[in-house]
Amino acid sequence: MSSSPSPAEPRSWLTTTSKGLYCVPGGFFIDPAWPVEKAVVTHGHGDHARPGHGAVLATPETVEIIKVRLGADTIGDLQAVRYDETTRIGEVDVRLVPAGHILGSAQIVLDWRGARIVVSGDFKRRADATCPPFEPVPCDVFVTEATFALPVFRHPPDMQEIARLLGSLRTFPDRCHLVGVYALGKCQRVIRLLRAAGYDQRIWLHGGLMAMCDVYKRAGIDLGDIAAVSEAGPVRRNDLFQHQTFKGAIVLCPPSALGDRWTRRFPEPLPVAASGWMRVRARARQRGVELPLVISDHADWDELVQTVRDIRPGMVWVTHGREDALVHQAQAMGIAAEALHLAGREEEGS
Amino acid sequence: MQRFAELLDSLAFQPARNGKLRLMTAYMRSAPDPDRGYALAALTGALDLPNAKPALLREFGVQRLGETLFVLSYDYVGDLAETLALIWEPADQAGVGHNRPPPSLAEVVETLRQASKRETPQLLERWLDGLDATGRWALLKLLTGALRVGVSARLAKQAIADLGQRDIAAVEEVWHTLEPPYQALFDWLEDRAPRPDPGAAPVFRPVMLATALEDADIGGLDPAAYRAEWKWDGIRVQLVAGPGHRRIFSRAADEATSAFPDIVEAMDFSAVLDGELLVAHRADDGALQVAPFNDLQQRLNRKQTTAKLMQDHPAHVRLYDALLIDGEDLRALPFDERRARLEAWHAARPRPRLDLSPMVPFTSWDELARLRTGTREASIEGLMLKRGDSPYVAGRPKGPWFKWKRAALTVECVLMYAQRGHGKRSSFYSDYTFGCWRRSDGGTPELVPVGKAYFGFTDEELMKLDKWVRDHTTSRFGPVREVAPGLVLEIAFDSVHRSSRHKSGVAMRFPRVHRIRWDKPAAEADALATLERMIAG
Repeated sequence: MSSSPSPAEPRSWLTTTSKGLYCVPGGFFIDPAWPVEKAVVTHGHGDHARPGHGAVLATPETVEIIKVRLGADTIGDLQAVRYDETTRIGEVDVRLVPAGHILGSAQIVLDWRGARIVVSGDFKRRADATCPPFEPVPCDVFVTEATFALPVFRHPPDMQEIARLLGSLRTFPDRCHLVGVYALGKCQRVIRLLRAAGYDQRIWLHGGLMAMCDVYKRAGIDLGDIAAVSEAGPVRRNDLFQHQTFKGAIVLCPPSALGDRWTRRFPEPLPVAASGWMRVRARARQRGVELPLVISDHADWDELVQTVRDIRPGMVWVTHGREDALVHQAQAMGIAAEALHLAGREEEGS
Repeated sequence: MQRFAELLDSLAFQPARNGKLRLMTAYMRSAPDPDRGYALAALTGALDLPNAKPALLREFGVQRLGETLFVLSYDYVGDLAETLALIWEPADQAGVGHNRPPPSLAEVVETLRQASKRETPQLLERWLDGLDATGRWALLKLLTGALRVGVSARLAKQAIADLGQRDIAAVEEVWHTLEPPYQALFDWLEDRAPRPDPGAAPVFRPVMLATALEDADIGGLDPAAYRAEWKWDGIRVQLVAGPGHRRIFSRAADEATSAFPDIVEAMDFSAVLDGELLVAHRADDGALQVAPFNDLQQRLNRKQTTAKLMQDHPAHVRLYDALLIDGEDLRALPFDERRARLEAWHAARPRPRLDLSPMVPFTSWDELARLRTGTREASIEGLMLKRGDSPYVAGRPKGPWFKWKRAALTVECVLMYAQRGHGKRSSFYSDYTFGCWRRSDGGTPELVPVGKAYFGFTDEELMKLDKWVRDHTTSRFGPVREVAPGLVLEIAFDSVHRSSRHKSGVAMRFPRVHRIRWDKPAAEADALATLERMIAG
C-alpha cells in the first residue's frame, strides 16, 4: 500500500486499523471499537457506538440513543446531522443515508476527489415501521455487513412470523409468552408488528427495555399500550408462576432474561425468541426456546445479493459475519470482492 | 403437508408432555382426512416410505448453489436435510406456491408408495418447489428416517384418545387391527361409526396394572382376600398367538416380536397371555436362574437379533395371567379361576421358555412382610398382591391389584453438577449429577459421578437447591453448572449394576433424591466401594 492516499486506490484512503475503519483524508474513524479522537457512527447498537470518543457525528436519532444508552458525558462532542445533509470533515464530504436497520441507522457516504465509498453499517431491505428504508447509493466501493451471508438465511415475511406467535397464544391461552428481543430496535419493531397484526392488548416489558421505548416514542413512533412488568405490582412468594395479570400475556425481555429467575412470576412461561439466528434449529434449541421466530434487523442472503446487484459497485468489501460466502457470490457476479477483518463485532441481537 | 410440517416443527421445540399432547390434538381436530391419518402413522412410526439417500440430497444442494456455497452452508447448519430445506428456492424463481399448490401429506404418501425408485428424485424436487422451509424440512425428515420430535407412539395414541375423549386402552385394543390412514378409527372417535371390532385378530388387549402399596396401608386389607406372587424385574409383555400369527407386545402396546424369535418359537398355542419377559439361564441342575435387568437390556430395542445374542442372553417369559385361551375370553372371570385355567393349560403341555410365576403362600401380612424383606434376589422387585375375585380389567384400578416393592436402597452422594430443567423448570437448576468418593491414582480422595436425578424433592426444596447451586458454582458449561463439593444428597434407588458405559463402573436403576442432607459435611458421604457392595446378582 502506498504511503500517501490516492482516490484511485480505495484501500489507501479508507484503511483498516486495530481500532476500526479509518478515513485518512478525513481524519476520522467509522464505528471504532476503541476510544478515538473523531468518529462517525452508523447506529446506536453497542458494538458500533462506544463511549470515550472525543467527538462523534451521527444522525439526530442515533445521538439521542447514545445519550440515553451511554450518557452524554461519555463523549466529548456529539454532533447531530440529518439524513442527506452533507458535512465536510477534513477533505472528505460525509453524508448519512438511511440504512433501514433500526431507528437512526445510517449508511455513510464518503466522497473524496471524485471517488466514493459507502459504508453500510448494518442494514436490511424489508419494510420496518420504525425507520426509513435503505437507499441504494451508486459508488466505487460498497462496504457491506455479512451477518447472515449464507444461503441458509432467508428470513420469511415478518407478518407470517408474528402470526405464529399469535397462533401459539391461541393454542396455549393460559401461558405467558415471553419473547426475547434486543432492547434497541428489535423490541420496538416486534411491538409495531404486533400492532399491525391487530394485537391491541397491553404489551408488558422487562424494565431494561423501557428506556429505548421512550426514545422511540419521543421520535414519534406509536407503540400503543405498553407497560413495565413491575407496574403489575410486587412479586410475592405466592405469586410463583401464577401472577394472574400475565396469564396469556405477551411479555418482552432481553434474550438473557429468558431462563432467568425473573421469569418465575409468570404463569407457565413459554420462551420465544425473535432473531435471524432462529432460522437454524440447533441455534434455537441451544437457547432453549419453545417458539423460535425468524425476525431480523439484518439483511438476509437474498437481500445482500440483491443489494450488491442493485448498487453494482466497482468493488465490494465484506465486514463482520460470514465473509467467505458473500465474497464468493460477488465474484461470481463479476464484481471484485474481498473481506475486511474488523475486530470487536458481536452477534448478539441480530 | 404444510400444516403437518408446522406440527412437527412445534413438537420439536415443545419439551413438555402435556404441551405436545395439546399440539397433536389441536392438529388432529382440524386437519382434513386422510392427511391426519398419515400424520398419525408418521408419529407412531407406522409409515413405511422409500428412503431418500444422503447422496441425493447433497447432489440437489450442489446443483442449486454450487459446491462452495453448499459446503459453507452445510458446515454451518450441520444437518443435511435441514441445510437443503433452508437453501432451496423454487427453480422457476416464481416464488413459493405461485405455480403449484403445496402437496398435501396424503398426496406425498400415496404417490411415493406407488412411485418407482427412479421417479423419487423428480417427485421430491417438485414438492420441494411447492413448500416453504418448514414444509421442506418436514418432507426431507419423512424421507430420511427418524422424525426426532420427541413423540413416542404411545404419546401419539394418547393424543388420539384425547381427541375422542376415550381411554387410551380402548384405542390400543383396536390399534393393531387398523392401517394408515385409520379412517375407521377417526370415524369411531368422532362418533360417526361404532368401534372397530378387534374380533379374533391378533391384537393387543389393554393390560391390567397395579397401584403402589404403602406399608402403612396394608393393615386395612384382608389377607384372606389376596393372593401373592413375586414381582419379577423384567419387562411386562403380552403374548398373542393363534393360527397363523404370533406376536409379542409391551404393556404400552409396542410390538417387540422381531427382537425375540426364541420366544416366538415357543408360542405354538392359541391364547393371549400376560407375563414378564426375562433373561434366564438354565443351571447344570436344571434350575432356572433369572439374570439381572441389564442383561435383558442387551436384547431390547433391536429390530433384528443375532444367534449369539440369543445364546448369551436367552429370553424367557414367566406367566402371570391368561386373558384368552383357545378362543374363550377369560377376562371377566375372577383371578382364582383364571389362575386355575392357566395352571391346567400349562400342565397339559409345558413349553420351553415359558413357566408360571409361582404363588407365594401366606396367612398374615407379617409373614408376607418377612418374606419380602428376606429375599435379596436381584431379579425380584418385591411382591404383587391380587384379589382372588378380581376380573381382568384394563388400566390401573385402585384396590384389586397392588405392587408392594421392596424398600429402596440408599446411598449418600455429593452434588457435583446441576443443569437447568425445561418448561416451568427452565429457570431452576433441577437436574442433579452426584458422585461418590474414591481414591485417585495419586492417593487423594476424588469424586466420581455415579448417577443423575431430577425428582424426589418438593417445590420448596427445589427453590433452596437452586439457590445453593447458584451460590456454589465453580464453573459453567452452557446450561450446566459445576458446584463445589459441599452438599450431600441421600439417593434412593431400586438396584445398582455394573456398567462399562459409566466412568464409575456402576449404573443405578430409578435413582431419586430421597433426602437433602443440609447438615452433613461432604467428606462424610459414601465411598464408591459402598455402592459397589450393593451390586445385585
